[in-house]
Amino acid sequence: MDYPFDAIVVGAGGAGLWAALELAREGVNTAVLTKLYPTRSHTGTAQGGVCAALGNLEEDHWEWHMFDTVKGGDYLVDQDAAEVLAREAIETVIELEHMGLPFNRTPDGKIDQRRFGGHTSNYGEAPVRRACFAADRTGHMILQTLYQQCIKHGVKFFDEFGVVDLLFEGGEPDAGGRAAGVVAQRLADGQLHTFRAKAVLLATGGFGRMFRITSNAHSLTGDGVALCYRHGIPLQDMEFFQFHPTGIVGIGILLSEAARGEGGTLLNDLGERFMERYAPKLMELAPRDMVSRAMYQEIRAGRGIGGKDYLYLDVRHLGRKVIEEKLPDITDFARIYQGVEPLTEPIPVQPTAHYAMGGIPTNVSAEVTRDEKSTVVPGLFAAGECACVSVHGANRLGTNSLVDLLVFGRRAGRQMARYAGGVERPRPIPDAVEAVRAELEAIRTRPSSGESAAAIRTDLQDVMMDKVGVYRDGKMLTAALARVRELEARHDRISITDCGSVFNTELIEARELGYLLDIAHATVSGALARTESRGAHSREDYPERDDKKWLKHTLAYRGTDGPTLRYKDVSITRFEPKPRTY
Amino acid sequence: MNVDLRILRYDPERDKAPHWETYAVAADPMDRVLDLLIKVKAENDGSLSFRRSCGHGICGSDAMLINSRNRLACRIRVDQLGKKISVAPLPGLPVVKDLIVEMSGFFGKYRSVKPYLINDQPEPERERLQTQKDRARYDDTTKCILCAACTSACPSFWARPEYVGPAAIVQAHRFIFDSRDEGAAERLEILADENGVWRCRTIFNCVDACPRGINITRAILEVSSAIVGRRG
Ligand SMILES: Cc1cc2nc3c(=O)[nH]c(=O)nc-3n(C[C@H](O)[C@H](O)[C@H](O)COP(=O)(O)OP(=O)(O)OC[C@H]3O[C@@H](n4cnc5c(N)ncnc54)[C@H](O)[C@@H]3O)c2cc1C
Ligand code: SF4
Ligand code: FES
Repeated sequence: MDYPFDAIVVGAGGAGLWAALELAREGVNTAVLTKLYPTRSHTGTAQGGVCAALGNLEEDHWEWHMFDTVKGGDYLVDQDAAEVLAREAIETVIELEHMGLPFNRTPDGKIDQRRFGGHTSNYGEAPVRRACFAADRTGHMILQTLYQQCIKHGVKFFDEFGVVDLLFEGGEPDAGGRAAGVVAQRLADGQLHTFRAKAVLLATGGFGRMFRITSNAHSLTGDGVALCYRHGIPLQDMEFFQFHPTGIVGIGILLSEAARGEGGTLLNDLGERFMERYAPKLMELAPRDMVSRAMYQEIRAGRGIGGKDYLYLDVRHLGRKVIEEKLPDITDFARIYQGVEPLTEPIPVQPTAHYAMGGIPTNVSAEVTRDEKSTVVPGLFAAGECACVSVHGANRLGTNSLVDLLVFGRRAGRQMARYAGGVERPRPIPDAVEAVRAELEAIRTRPSSGESAAAIRTDLQDVMMDKVGVYRDGKMLTAALARVRELEARHDRISITDCGSVFNTELIEARELGYLLDIAHATVSGALARTESRGAHSREDYPERDDKKWLKHTLAYRGTDGPTLRYKDVSITRFEPKPRTY
Repeated sequence: MNVDLRILRYDPERDKAPHWETYAVAADPMDRVLDLLIKVKAENDGSLSFRRSCGHGICGSDAMLINSRNRLACRIRVDQLGKKISVAPLPGLPVVKDLIVEMSGFFGKYRSVKPYLINDQPEPERERLQTQKDRARYDDTTKCILCAACTSACPSFWARPEYVGPAAIVQAHRFIFDSRDEGAAERLEILADENGVWRCRTIFNCVDACPRGINITRAILEVSSAIVGRRG
């Protein structure tokens, strides 16, 4: 089938839903395509909060939020974008409340706020209450609320439609082509459909599934990111991937920073609050990259619990009331998945792969850009975790992703409506589905003696975890690069046993693995080239930040023989780079 | 330990009817059923199909019938189930393939109760105020993840598929008891219908099934009382 629309939103997490809502309000004929039912999107798992300088409990200003974001990102943040984020955070959070989001309340009925890592008053003085929250299910409430509003406004959803290709008119993006739609597979029957539109938004979320231990959903395989890459759009700053300090040991399920925001502490085998030595002012509420590194150092020095590779998160002293009212979900996770009782026992934790700072390059209007001069690809937009605008630079602060979804999801919707009002709908593209049909058929019909997707995926996750994790060096990265190439070659020989068309999840997983491999390749290449340590990218062979050489964004272009790297300037408006201490 | 994992399999393109297959799986007592399904898919039969996403009980993808009770596969551990585990699709909903059921009817009912804030007053500049007590009034029902475990465990729903079902009532409750909402009358009218709350026979299967620990029966009773109160 060929479906003509004016706008298409790919992904129904926070970013996609808010964009769709704006488009509906503007009366633009829009379709939302999502490979999961909207309420299954990973935004629903976000726990801790969404930051906005409301100042409901103590003095706060958007300028302070902007500063914290820039410093937290180790100065790789584009400051024009950070300013937009910090300013518009306030109005978007208020708007969410108007939409009905059940925020926790202060005694005088306002939105309640809590502390979170790296968010400070007066440019770094002390932790500030900036994170607005709904218990520890803030993301769940954001996802539900936005979906509810989309229903109210009659947004059209194509649930369980997986986008497998992007369409352009007038050539590929590097030849000046404009977005013309997408090809999607209906999972229920395997059929391919084209969705034609003037404006296309990618809001497909993150890709933590390239690591073994991750807080990310099984479905987070970077589809939109990889599809852009395959169409010649560069990927920006892929070497910056955040490891969150407190994952459940072995499986990576997240225990929110809210636990520390409410006063939880981190302890080593000797029972010491070891963060004292690494970030005396902010302690456990230092940014995540620093806390994760501190944990690794403790473990290496033999001070992991019982000499093993994990530490303790302790919330016992917070008391039953705080634990049960403000941290109910993570208490439950510790009980179910670890068999630990947080009221009476410390919880074993270790860093878990959590958030992609890098992604599809965009400007502050969420338009995708394709080179060092930020040339716009007409009609193509990206927002949310798959995009890199870049407000998180080299390291994202807690609660800043949800803000990013709201602010730039909203901007994307508005800009798409403006753009769609001024251009003609692309004409039908003959044979639009043929390229991707051939790729899928090749996998489906290959004799079953080929490589297994599950085995390649495990190998990829191992190599990324062990060699491209919290600490890296040239030797590890070189080895990782060779390994990824090997896995790519194996992926070309993949075969499956399911020949059917109804919910062929084996075929889908094989394709998703291909996306992860592309993304891993760009990540390792960027990391190997960047001979400095900044934010989440920590090179043991280059332990210092090097602003002279490396205060710039990486752009990785897909080539036949691996990525080609180019670089783009960082926008610096208010805050000159300074050493980063807390 | 070794687990005998029985799965009700069905491929509409190959099978006339669902049939059981048993797989011997090496498992850790802390493994979740979802881990076992993933293992079978990787090692025994790649065509085994099921929905999953978050892997920790928040997205609502993988509700299924596990040892005769509706559970999320990612939230129930092997040590809670023993060495013989049987897994089948959610009851009462059409099976599409293996453990995947048709969900559009379920979401249609959700939509039918107007699951969004209704308030036509001009919006204030800042947030609307709400007391902590008013906020607590509907806290329980905000936790719902639309997994369908409750509705598909309900004998009243099996007997009468038109019944709107516990999940939709939970969602309606979330708004009816929100002090900021003004749509209670419209929703109560919908739920007073012959396929609304009166179908509930307080069998409590829903409460047993709910992975979010929501007191669903209480929510349904509160909605019923509100309907009666309005008529009163
Ligand atoms: C456990 C956890 C806790 C977190 N807590 C916080 C927090 O407290 N505060 C904070 O600010 N951030 C937090 N984050 C980060 C934040 O939640 C995510 O970065 C954010 O929700 C991503 O939203 P998104 O809209 O970009 O994508 P997602 O919500 O991941 O949605 C992606 C969407 O894309 C769709 N999709 C993907 N591929 C395709 C395809 N090929 N075709 C069609 N559709 C597709 C999916 O169906 C889905 O609807 C947390 C993250 C995790 C993992
Ligand atoms: S009420 Fe509970 S069981 Fe029912 S859909 Fe919601 S979360 Fe699932
Ligand atoms: S996979 Fe999300 S609830 Fe089980």
